Amino acid sequence: MTQTKQFGPLTRLLMNDAAGRKLLLVLVLMAVFIPLSNLLLPEGSFFHVSTYTMTLLGKYLCYALLAIAVDLIWGYCGILSLGHGAFFALGGYAMGMYLMRQIGDRGVYGNPELPDFMVFLNWTELPWYWLGFDQFWFAMLMVLLAPGILAFVFGALAFRSRVTGVYLSIITQALTYALLLAFFRNDMGFGGNNGLTDFKDILGYSLQSDNTRAVLFVASVLALILGYLISRFIVTSKLGRVLVAIRDSESRARFLGYRVEHYKLFVFVVSSMLAGVAGALYVPQVGIINPGEFAPINSIEIIIWVAVGGRGTLFGAVIGAMLVNYAKTYFTGAFAELWLFMLGGLFVLTTLYLPKGVVGLWAQLKEKYQQKKYQAEAEDNPPALNTETQSKAAPEQQDKLNFVQGEKV
Amino acid sequence: MSLQTPKHIDNPAVLYMDGVSVSFDGFKALNSLSMVIAPGEMRAIIGPNGAGKTTMMDVITGKTRPDTGTIIFTDNANSQHDLTRFDEADVANLGVGRKFQKPSVIESLTVFENLEMSLKGGRSIWQALLHKLTAEKAQKLDEILDMIDLADKRDELAGNLSHGQKQWLEIGMLLGQEPQLLLIDEPAAGMTDEETMKTAELFKRLAQKHSLMVVEHDMDFIEALDCKVTVLHEGHVLAEGSLATVKANPQVIEVYLGR
Repeated sequence: MTQTKQFGPLTRLLMNDAAGRKLLLVLVLMAVFIPLSNLLLPEGSFFHVSTYTMTLLGKYLCYALLAIAVDLIWGYCGILSLGHGAFFALGGYAMGMYLMRQIGDRGVYGNPELPDFMVFLNWTELPWYWLGFDQFWFAMLMVLLAPGILAFVFGALAFRSRVTGVYLSIITQALTYALLLAFFRNDMGFGGNNGLTDFKDILGYSLQSDNTRAVLFVASVLALILGYLISRFIVTSKLGRVLVAIRDSESRARFLGYRVEHYKLFVFVVSSMLAGVAGALYVPQVGIINPGEFAPINSIEIIIWVAVGGRGTLFGAVIGAMLVNYAKTYFTGAFAELWLFMLGGLFVLTTLYLPKGVVGLWAQLKEKYQQKKYQAEAEDNPPALNTETQSKAAPEQQDKLNFVQGEKV
Repeated sequence: MSLQTPKHIDNPAVLYMDGVSVSFDGFKALNSLSMVIAPGEMRAIIGPNGAGKTTMMDVITGKTRPDTGTIIFTDNANSQHDLTRFDEADVANLGVGRKFQKPSVIESLTVFENLEMSLKGGRSIWQALLHKLTAEKAQKLDEILDMIDLADKRDELAGNLSHGQKQWLEIGMLLGQEPQLLLIDEPAAGMTDEETMKTAELFKRLAQKHSLMVVEHDMDFIEALDCKVTVLHEGHVLAEGSLATVKANPQVIEVYLGR
């Protein structure tokens, strides 16, 4: 470990993270080739990616960022939040409010001052909390602050009172449910049941155009990469090891002199902001945000993505989110009414047979293969030579050990 | 944070407990417990189950707040702190280390990472986020690794250590904190005879720099520690003195040794 300190920050982030490097490479390639093939190749071409597919992938990428946010608190710090969908939705609403203001006088009622649903409710002026949302920078600030402040207040109360385990999960679930009910109300001023929709453009560019879609897709990839690197920065620092200590033995961390509630609060707020960014990128791509996003089931689904991918690995969360959502898209199309049962079954099976998720399974298979290879080599080599090969292999094994720590923890 | 020296204390003790009582639902876990630990002293605490040994550690380390009583801790800058007003993290940072009965190390981190995390200082979020291992700290870690005999297990996951090694790692983590006072709960539990004796030797070495309070049931271990013994019974001190004196005390024989 001592020698790793001499490297630059980015090296530190990815040094023992072979899978993460591959993931980032794939993401960068996606960011380059998918928009290009969508915009430049003719529709008939085999390599053409349709706008529908690109937008769908963009949606998955937002989910992947959300999964990273949950993995950061659940996988590393052991905080099982069953309400993270709330932070995603708040980020989404902040973006949705900006998009509503962008409509201007092009709404059904043609009112330049008020969004359609307010005109419909006979409101005469814009509520104070909508002020500023016509500015993109302000809306983006709110994408971070709305989830961040809620997470800060909620987390400060919960962690200070040392609410942990299943009790914390229950109150996070209650939080998102309370917000669901609140946002359903028309007089809250967020469009009630229908939510916010009929968006026209973002920063002056039409949301219907392929170019804008491509830019949103690239923005989603970049957000995911940035979110991954930020999370990686956290988990590879000493702070990350303190989080693991809190997860494995909270009292040990306390008696070592670490203020557990501050650490939990920090990571909870960072995670909520990542979720908010994911929500903000999700909304312009799907074209709507409504209270349904606060539904408890959504938050539970995120947990399943992370569990299926493999918690405590970050890239496992990305893989899990992609896999489960691809399956969801496929199965809700094929047998819609069975999907929830399949999702439940998937969670049960993962918990029983794949406690470390798909990523853990992969690592296991790889280890078995390597063990076999070692054995075969040991049988081939006479024992006298063996000591020499072993000492030569030592740095490699060291690297492998680091790999195991970095990824399987 | 520091208090005026209470007038009735002549020599600043590392730990001064006076009339500490705690009750849970009417049950008096500690009943006007008083005890003084001198700088560099090693003290063994014995007593039957339910005598209040663990509760005593809980009130010293800020986990449990006593109903009445004073607990004054003197840090190495000679300033005094009323421990009853602090929580676990504060007490730990003032210089009180605690080892649990069940080894509690972070199993999914390596031996080295466990120790690194224990090193004194850098407890705030930003310090932890931007932490860098200095040469000085690395050297300190190597010293601790040697002292607890785990230098060759440095990069091993703590979860893969044997029971005795985990106990030692946890002791190493206490040393990393550089505490004035170490509270150690049944260190010899589950150790082989050889490990037990090695641990006793280690504690004797530690006692030159730190004050130690060791709760233990194993009489051989206490004999090897060769220090003053306090017998707790029903939440207060029943007897205090050398092991031989205590063993000869008829009350002690009746409530503890005789059984």
